[in-house]
Amino acid sequence: MRALLERMREMALLMVGQPSYDAYLRHMAQRHPDRPPMSRVEFFRNREQARYGGGGGRCC
Amino acid sequence: MKHIPWIILAIIGAVALSVTATVRGEQINALWIVVAALCTFLVAYRYYALFIARRVMRLDPARPTPALYRADGLDYVATDRRVLFGHHFAAIAGAGPLVGPVLAAQMGYLPGTLWIIAGVVLAGAVQDFMVLFVSMRRDGRSLGELVRMEMGPVAGTIALVGTFMIMVIILAVLALIVVKALAESPWGMFTVAATVPLAMVMGVYTRWIRPGRIGEVSILGFVGLILAIIFGQNVAASPFWGPVFTFTPVQLCWLLIGYGAIASVLPVWLLLAPRDYLSTFLKIGAIVALAVGIFIMAPPLRMPALTQFVGGGGPVWSGALFPFLFITIACGAVSGFHALISSGTTPKLIASEGDAPFIGYGGMLMEAFVAIMALVGASILDPGIYFAMNSPAAVLGATPESASAAVTAMGFPVSADILVQTAKDVGEHSIISRTGGAPTLAVAMAEIFSHVVGGPAMKAFWYHFAILFEALFILTAVDAGTRAGRFMLQDLIGLAVPSFRAHSSLAPGMIATALCVAAWGFFLYQGVTDPLGGVNTLWPVFGISNQMLAAVALMLSTVVLFRMKRDRFAWVTAVPTVWLLVCTLTAGTLKLVSADPKVGFLAHASIFSEAAARGEVLAPAKSMAEMRAIIFNDRVDAALCAIFLFVVLSLLLFTIRTCIAARRVNAPTAHEITPDMVPAE
Repeated sequence: MRALLERMREMALLMVGQPSYDAYLRHMAQRHPDRPPMSRVEFFRNREQARYGGGGGRCC
Repeated sequence: MKHIPWIILAIIGAVALSVTATVRGEQINALWIVVAALCTFLVAYRYYALFIARRVMRLDPARPTPALYRADGLDYVATDRRVLFGHHFAAIAGAGPLVGPVLAAQMGYLPGTLWIIAGVVLAGAVQDFMVLFVSMRRDGRSLGELVRMEMGPVAGTIALVGTFMIMVIILAVLALIVVKALAESPWGMFTVAATVPLAMVMGVYTRWIRPGRIGEVSILGFVGLILAIIFGQNVAASPFWGPVFTFTPVQLCWLLIGYGAIASVLPVWLLLAPRDYLSTFLKIGAIVALAVGIFIMAPPLRMPALTQFVGGGGPVWSGALFPFLFITIACGAVSGFHALISSGTTPKLIASEGDAPFIGYGGMLMEAFVAIMALVGASILDPGIYFAMNSPAAVLGATPESASAAVTAMGFPVSADILVQTAKDVGEHSIISRTGGAPTLAVAMAEIFSHVVGGPAMKAFWYHFAILFEALFILTAVDAGTRAGRFMLQDLIGLAVPSFRAHSSLAPGMIATALCVAAWGFFLYQGVTDPLGGVNTLWPVFGISNQMLAAVALMLSTVVLFRMKRDRFAWVTAVPTVWLLVCTLTAGTLKLVSADPKVGFLAHASIFSEAAARGEVLAPAKSMAEMRAIIFNDRVDAALCAIFLFVVLSLLLFTIRTCIAARRVNAPTAHEITPDMVPAE
């Protein structure tokens, strides 16, 4: 049940262009331990700009 | 053994489909259509999608996808397939699959149902899935780049020009739907206008108060929306505020053009992003609620299976079943615009090639299901009400009595009292000639939702909820589409003037935005002032362009299959390509040269220009200036059709040339990008 709710939360966030922050942290820890990762808010703003800055991909 | 459940499903589907197709003269239940569609989709997914995956594409689940070999935690993220399915579906489903089927219902429920079911299985879902596959094997590149890689730079540029023009038409037709839904409706106008300050409050909240808390801010926004709907009733009833929020179509047209110009240059966090949260979640919620509502209510279909308009002459849109039904229902059966999404964010997020059928083919099946629900919605209404809402004012006249007489004369008896009462039930002044599909669907949704929650007293609330839900995501699309169009235009002009490309500098951005707004604003204004209601003219142009983009995407897919040396299976994409080419080329040519002035733009223009030469003013024009405007608009529309024909025919030549070249070579020539070609991030 918890897993299901978590997945639905993740789905809702990705629908509006916000991928998982935890996954980002895991990626940074694994591949770039030397670089400080963005904070949660920086990550949010970065993704917001990426989704909407170029117009955003959605259909009629 | 494992096939037995699927065989049972196929039999149930076949029975439901034959009931839908053969019962005449008595009403059948809407669930027959829904069950027929569901069973067909499941069987098609299990067999056809997997056949394409295994035999045609030879997907390799072990092969790293861009999300793995390019992983950056931002754009390229390996994502759970169920989560990604939601993302992809939310990106492809919009107003298109809701509006097209409602308009198509003028021919009865049967032609639309059969086209959606057959179209999605053999064309639409194949297109989405193939483009996803092609892009996934090429670093998640966009459609324009894919065409350039596989068919050459000239073909790539032509595809880009075509895409930009389609964007313009889509924006115009979407904005027109909003105008048609909100004109003379203070309640609807107030609730939609209230979303602008509401979204700005949400934007400020996510920017400074609680940054990044999308869940919280969406709940806040949702409460605000519901309050706006409830309060809107008082606004509409108020002798002072009612008239303040009552606008004519032309006023609304200018408001929307101004809105588009301003909203698309505001910072994204202020208006676009928060509005997108609301519209996305509301869209998904309303679609789920509609599905649940249809199952609970199980309404009978009151529209006949076929109407006399199958042969042409219908009031909602002109032309006969072939080819015009197949361009009226674009989204839902096959939509070229999806090729842009399938080559956008989705291929960068897909975790394994094995997930591609579920996302690409399955996502499109889901959209077709939405289209089926919209068709059911339009068909459960009294056909008299349907035609009174969707025929142009020129046919119906202005009063309930004239409308009732006109619709009854079409063979769908409806009394003036029923028209007045229906308007009253949904809290509107009038439902006569509320074209564009959205109001019709809103009446149907109000019917279904009030059956489940609240009873007849809630109808007016549900109607305005449905209008708000449609207007909200259309306005988001107008805003986002103007931005996307601006960048496309900058790239295109940048081909000639390289300095125009700089996305960050101010002047090119402003010029491109202004050009983009002017382009869709032109078609919107033309549609709003069109005596036949605009939808009549613009929707077919939109349908033709969208289906042509689909043909382009399928031609690209065919080229890729030839270059992969999989030409044995090229029929998978070639057959739907040929069908779309036949439909769009016929429709485009008819729109251009048909002698029937209701269908052909040039025939219509020549009637008016001959009258103008004689010094006559033809209705609906009231002056020589209006006569000239009508002639000019007709010629612009004709030119647009000609350009679309040129785009698709030239790409067809490139396709044939590339396929022949690929056959002459013995080895695969497709330009796939493999992980070893990309340095690790």
